[in-house]
Amino acid sequence: MKQENIYLDSAATTRIDDTVLKRLTKFMKEEFGNPSSQHSLGNSAREEIEKAREEIARYINAEPEEIFFTSGATESNNLAIEGLAINPENSEKKHIITSKIEHPSVLETCKQLEKGGYKIDYISVNEEGIINTRELENKITNNTLVVSIMHANNEIGTIQPIEKIAEICSKKDVYFHTDAVQSFTKLKVDVKKTNIDLLSASGHKINAPKGIGFIYIRKGTRLSPIIHGGSQERRMRSGTENTPGIIAMAEALKINRNQKETERIRDKLIKEILKIPGSRLNGSKKERLSNNINVSLYGIEGESLMLLLDKEGIEVSTGSACSSHKLSESHVLKAINVPEMYINGSLRITLDTIKPLTEKQINFVILKIKEKVKRLNDISPFKLNPLEVKNG
Amino acid sequence: MVPKITSYTEKVLDHFQNPRNMGQMKNPDIEATVGNPSCGDVLKLSLKLKENPKDKTNPKIEDIKFQTMGCAAAIATSSMTTVLAKGKTIKEAKNITPQEVAKSLGQLPPIKVHCSNLAADALKKAIEDWEKRINKCS
Repeated sequence: MKQENIYLDSAATTRIDDTVLKRLTKFMKEEFGNPSSQHSLGNSAREEIEKAREEIARYINAEPEEIFFTSGATESNNLAIEGLAINPENSEKKHIITSKIEHPSVLETCKQLEKGGYKIDYISVNEEGIINTRELENKITNNTLVVSIMHANNEIGTIQPIEKIAEICSKKDVYFHTDAVQSFTKLKVDVKKTNIDLLSASGHKINAPKGIGFIYIRKGTRLSPIIHGGSQERRMRSGTENTPGIIAMAEALKINRNQKETERIRDKLIKEILKIPGSRLNGSKKERLSNNINVSLYGIEGESLMLLLDKEGIEVSTGSACSSHKLSESHVLKAINVPEMYINGSLRITLDTIKPLTEKQINFVILKIKEKVKRLNDISPFKLNPLEVKNG
Repeated sequence: MVPKITSYTEKVLDHFQNPRNMGQMKNPDIEATVGNPSCGDVLKLSLKLKENPKDKTNPKIEDIKFQTMGCAAAIATSSMTTVLAKGKTIKEAKNITPQEVAKSLGQLPPIKVHCSNLAADALKKAIEDWEKRINKCS
């Protein structure tokens, strides 16, 4: 009998939840009206969208009018930074602060603005991947427009001290944007208590469909739209609303997520993988998302390991250079100073928080990782000596 | 089209999962290591030579072994290079091109074509080192 695949790549995307899927199809097949239409089909779509907006707002303690739906977090991140930059009232402020480990949708937006004359500071992180808040504070000037720091990292799962960052930004009177894609539904966020001005999130990381996301924009934020057209989303984001996606994303907030069990499985996997000679944990032990495991293995290459595990029906991810489109090593692993012999041997396992692995699956995964690492060690010219095992 | 690793051919996957001539060699006549761990691939070739009665400057490759740290393409091209080189004279083996290695594997995803350079380069480097050594001694 063919074993069912074990999907361990939830930071990349998640499987849609059954209840969420039911809502999605209902609003695709039956309640398919355009919320801008004046007939009853249109009106009911409008009502459902506004209900979803309220639910999402409540979830992060925002006001419904502070939530804007987008095509996903890439658009939300682009809108947050570019939208501030192009607003005429911000024209004097030509300085942006971000970190070295942000998602490309933040980094590439910053690089684009850099070409247009903006000064960008990329704050460094320590070996756990936590940003240097003192450096951040020192970099803020009268010219600073926005500080954009992710809530939790997509590769190593490190959680940033966003309360502290928000406090600094508030004190210095600069906007604070956080990319909360990976932490959304895993860590509680209260945008009022934490003083967050802008927050991005995505549907497909929380068991809702791809192609839907939102941005929270605090009332009074001087932000201009980057997509223009029929004035939907109160002119902030034109384009016919993705009604099924919006409703599905709000529905996904109601799913019961088993954080405790996810954490237990995470810790068990980390403990077992770190028994492998020449293995190291990337990121923080303490400040870590409940579902993230990122380890490196000495002298082997991540894509090979990923592919061998794939052949066993185990789907994981790697930050190795060979697996990237640009053939360059992970900017995150580089920023946290992962040693040369480990940097291309990373393995990322990200768990689903609604359907925890069974003990049988956990043991199978551990067994297969050990087996495949051993196999690649045999092929590799780099053999561990006992000293390196200790240091690793 | 964005090349994806799933576009590895069956032959590449076969050589990746069942690499030929893999391992360490006792007392090799030639050894060469190419690549860089920070780039993600390092390849080590070891060769054992057998005197060629017809031409003393052109011995035959009696045995060849590889060890590779790298992606599936790096391992498969290493394996294929050893298959192509084994039994050839060093002058013949020196002429094995990256294209020939890639072609023998069917096809490599465009982004992985450079992997075949690494394996062919290692072989070339090993033979050239040996030739230099021989020329010095004679």
